[in-house]
Amino acid sequence: MNIEALLLSVRLAVCTATILFMLGVPLAYWLAYSRWRWKFLLEAVVALPLVLPPTVLGFYMLLAMGPRGALGKMWQATFGQGLAFTFAGLVIASVLYSLPFAVQPLVAAFETVDRKLLDASAVLGSNRLRTFRRVILPLSIPGIITALVLSFAHTLGEFGVVLMVGGNLAGVTRTVSIDIYDRVQSLDYGSANHTALLLLVISFAVLSAVYGINRRAGRNMWLPWIAK
Amino acid sequence: MARVRKVHRGNGGLGFLLNVEMEVHPGITILFGPSGAGKSTLLDCLAGLTEPNDGRIEIDGETLFDSKKKLNQPPQHRRMAYVFQSLALFPHLTVIGNVAYGLPGGAEPERQARIAEILQMFRVEKLRERKPGEISGGEQQRVALARSLVTRPRVLLLDEPLSGLDAELKTSIIDDLRAWNKAHKIPILYVTHSREEVDALGERVIAMERGRMVSQGAPREVLDAPRRRRLAQAAGFENLLSGTVMDLREPDGVMRVRLDGAACEIEVPLGHAAPGDQVRVAIRAGDILLAIEPPRALSARNVLVGKIQSLERRGSLVVARIDCGVVFTVHVTPGAERALELAAEKKVWLVLKTHSCHFVEG
Repeated sequence: MNIEALLLSVRLAVCTATILFMLGVPLAYWLAYSRWRWKFLLEAVVALPLVLPPTVLGFYMLLAMGPRGALGKMWQATFGQGLAFTFAGLVIASVLYSLPFAVQPLVAAFETVDRKLLDASAVLGSNRLRTFRRVILPLSIPGIITALVLSFAHTLGEFGVVLMVGGNLAGVTRTVSIDIYDRVQSLDYGSANHTALLLLVISFAVLSAVYGINRRAGRNMWLPWIAK
Repeated sequence: MARVRKVHRGNGGLGFLLNVEMEVHPGITILFGPSGAGKSTLLDCLAGLTEPNDGRIEIDGETLFDSKKKLNQPPQHRRMAYVFQSLALFPHLTVIGNVAYGLPGGAEPERQARIAEILQMFRVEKLRERKPGEISGGEQQRVALARSLVTRPRVLLLDEPLSGLDAELKTSIIDDLRAWNKAHKIPILYVTHSREEVDALGERVIAMERGRMVSQGAPREVLDAPRRRRLAQAAGFENLLSGTVMDLREPDGVMRVRLDGAACEIEVPLGHAAPGDQVRVAIRAGDILLAIEPPRALSARNVLVGKIQSLERRGSLVVARIDCGVVFTVHVTPGAERALELAAEKKVWLVLKTHSCHFVEG
């Protein structure tokens, strides 16, 4: 088993989940409460990674991050190095790829909070930020846990995007799923099986935890796209 | 003082214009009307939860909303308290957490003292550490009131807060609310569609229907004014007929109304109406005379011919239903029934004095 690849995957997943949480909360808040008429367009963009082949997403990310891409140029100018085939590039790609897995549970959680509670909070003198902190957030904890866990788990298992954007550099971009692919290519089935089994167990444990949390919260609505 | 105009969209999608101008004073004012009359929307406008299309809302000389000046204070700055029908207690906070919610910051001892005082006032001090889901309906109502009033609001808005409680519990909660307001003397606007609550609570009642104030005053006056069909029937007018105003005879102080469905006109006292207006006329069954021959040489101006549809004995009263194109209900005595040999299908004449016909608006 390739411990280095596993640790890299975990590091990538932790970074991605953290960034996604910070980006996802304000985005989800806006999606849940905005009455902008073109909101559905943004909802579609957020959901895009669910239906797009990872290779398509990875392909365009690679173009954007390359030395001639807008993102790549900006990165080069700011940090003095390229973005493609680096860990940072991998994180950016993963954030985009797992975006719906963080945002959708958050939106669903925010939307289930009774609007009357928000009205009550306002009438009692709280502005939106305080209402969010004191009412929406505490009542959305199961949704927040779901979002964190799903973005972590989804990043852990990604393959296509990593292959396109990160390539296969040991210790930099070679994640577990790439490692498994390599082993199979070199007919090392036993070793591939070890890693694959471990990933299977982790994924199962994570999803059980999410469903268990939702069951205990008495609601099971944060996983509609998985239930389908 | 509030003047509010807002396009109201009811549940069925049928909109109407909420158009209200009112002034409320310390003490309980009841907003009474059927559901869908715009009462809750009016409260939402006052609290700042929805924006009127047009109007002005002012409290103690401070303007909260003015469409002309594009002024609209957000709800958190209006210092009004609002108890919703659903109460909207925060389910994740304890009773004390809920009550303390509207009192952020400030000196801790003073804050604690205020919370303790209000909990005691509304008899919920024993429930401090419980969550809303763990206490009874009546206790939840008390906590909701305490949570709103601890902030010392300038106005209290109550949207059917006591629906679903039994009468005894209602009374005891209202008594506590009255006791609290004895010391604070703020205007309390209480929305309800229950006549019992109007009777039990009201110092002053404003009746609303389809977005408009239709009457206001003391509870008895408002409930008794025969201005609307339902209210008219409740006040003992057995006959409520719709018709069209044909012409006004102002020198005589009367107008002629053609009854819908009957080919006849009756004379009623002059009211606020113009020719062509749809009006209603309310007549007590006991004010109508019956004749079995065409009456002549009478002072009464309205004589209608019809046929007896049914007769029904009710105690010392006979209720006759007479079909004149529209069906009239007429009360006669059993003696009269015998003397006139009244029976179904018999042809009769109805005699109505002009001043027994009460003109009802709209």
